[in-house]
Amino acid sequence: MSTPDQVLPHGRILRYTFRERLTHWAAAFSYIYLLLTGLAFWSPWLFWLAVLLGGAPVSRMLHPWAGLVFIGAVLYMYGMWAGQMRTTETDKAWWHSLHYYITNQDEKMPPAGRYNAGQKLLFWGFFLCGLLLLLTGVILWFPEYIPWNLRILRYIAVFLHASAALLTIGLFMIHIYMSVFAERGAFGSVIRGDVSEDFAKRYHPGWYNEVVGSSTPRK
Amino acid sequence: MSQATLRVQKISGHAGSVPGEGTQREYTVCKLIDTTTCIGCKACEVACMEWNDLPFGETIFGNTYQTMPETRWNYWNLILFNEHEREDGTLMWLMRKNQCMHCAEPGCLAACPADGAIIQYTNGIVDFQQDKCIGCGYCITGCPFNIPKFNPETKRVFKCTLCTDRVSEGLEPACIKSCPTGCLHFGSKDDMKELAERRAKQLREHFNFPNAGVYDPPGVGGTGVVYVLHDATQPEIYGGLPKDPHIPWTVKLWKGPLKWLGNAAMIGGLIGLFVHYLRYGPKDRDEEVKTPHEGAQP
Repeated sequence: MSTPDQVLPHGRILRYTFRERLTHWAAAFSYIYLLLTGLAFWSPWLFWLAVLLGGAPVSRMLHPWAGLVFIGAVLYMYGMWAGQMRTTETDKAWWHSLHYYITNQDEKMPPAGRYNAGQKLLFWGFFLCGLLLLLTGVILWFPEYIPWNLRILRYIAVFLHASAALLTIGLFMIHIYMSVFAERGAFGSVIRGDVSEDFAKRYHPGWYNEVVGSSTPRK
Repeated sequence: MSQATLRVQKISGHAGSVPGEGTQREYTVCKLIDTTTCIGCKACEVACMEWNDLPFGETIFGNTYQTMPETRWNYWNLILFNEHEREDGTLMWLMRKNQCMHCAEPGCLAACPADGAIIQYTNGIVDFQQDKCIGCGYCITGCPFNIPKFNPETKRVFKCTLCTDRVSEGLEPACIKSCPTGCLHFGSKDDMKELAERRAKQLREHFNFPNAGVYDPPGVGGTGVVYVLHDATQPEIYGGLPKDPHIPWTVKLWKGPLKWLGNAAMIGGLIGLFVHYLRYGPKDRDEEVKTPHEGAQP
C-alpha cells in the first residue's frame, strides 16, 4: 500500500492517486446529476430541477445513462478499494467512540488507517445501494418490456429504487459535510491528491505511520 | 388532450392545489358495457380508430377472433374473446370490450411524476397529456388494468381518452355511438349504475344467471366504465379482469409514507448538519485557537 513515493516535498503526503481522483469525480458528477434529476421525479415540489436541466423528458432520457456511468465508477472503486475497506478491530472500536468523533474530540479516537470506519460504511453503502439501484433502475428504464405477469418486478422496483436512493442521499450529505466542512484539507486531497502531515496524523494516524514509517521523509 | 371546456379535479405531479378545483359541479360520466349482449362485432374498435385517427397496426392470426393480445399505444379499445367452460360442461363465449376504466382513484395519476401529464376532469375522465408526458412509464406501473401503453418512437404513453373531445361537446364516445346491439351505454354514473343493476337483476331472475352482477370495483374508488357480467363472482374469466383491483401497495407506500419519511429525513439531515457545524465547527478548529490569525489583536 504505502510506497516512499507517497511522501512528497514540503511535508505533503500523497493520499489519492490520479486514477483514484478521476474515478471519484466520475462517480461524483454522475451522482450529482442522478440526484438532481432523481429528486425532480421524486417530488412535484422539485420538478423544476428537471426543467432547469434541460426539460423533464431529457432528464428521463439521460438519468439511466448517468446511472451507468455512476455504477461503472462504483465498480471500478470496488476494484481499487474493496481490499482496504474490510472491517478491522480498530473500526469496531471506532464505532464505539463515535460520540468523540461527532463532538470533534478526535484525539480520543482509535487510530484510523487509510480509511476510518465511517468512510468504509460510505463505501459499502454506496456499493450495495448502487447495485440495488442498478437492478431496479434497469426495470424502470424499460417498464414497457416487463410482461404483465411479471409486473411485481415493477412494483418492487419503484419502491426499492427510491428507498436505496434515499439511503445514498443520507450517506452523500454526511460525505459532503465531512469532506468540505468538517475536515479541512479533505476536499483538496481529492482534487490535487495530497494532504498535510497534520491532516494525516490527525485523521488517519495509522495510515500516517504506515506511509512515513516505511520511508525516509524528503524535506 | 386537454379540453378548455372541461374542469380539472386532479393533476399528476402537481405541487399545490388544483386551479379551479370545485368551482363547478359536473355529472360524473360513465360507460356501461353489458357483456351479455355484446356480439363481438368490433364496431367499437373501428369507431375508436376512426374517431381518434389511429393508424392501423399489424394483427396476429391464431385461429381465433383475438387478432391482438392486448391494447396498444395506437389501439385503445379491444374486445377480449374468451371461451369459458361452465361447471356443467357447456361452453360460453365471453366477450369483453377492454379499455381504460377511468378510475375514480387512478393509479396512473398517483404514480406520474410529471406536472399535468395526467389529469382527471371533474366529470371523472382520466386523460393523458402527451405534451407534458416525460415517458418514464410510471403510469404503466400504477395501473391495475394494464392499460397505458408506451410508444417507443415518441417515448410517450397513450390510452383511451373516453373521447374527451366528443364528451366535452355533449356527444357520446365514438365506441358507444357505433354499437349495433345497444350493449354500450353512456350517461351519468348514477344512471348507468341504475341501468346496470336493473339488467343484472333481469339476468339473475329471468335468464338463469344467478351470479350476474355489476363490476364497479371499490378498490380504485369505482370506475368510469362499469360492466354487467354473467358471473360477477369471477371477473377473471373475462380476459383477466381483476377481481379486486387497487393501486399496487408498493406504489402507495412509495408515494405515501416513504415520501414523507424521506422528505423529513432529508430536511432533518440538512438542518442537523448545519446545527452541528454551528455547535462544533470544523475538526481542526483548535489550530486556529492556538495560532490566532494575522489580523487579531495581541
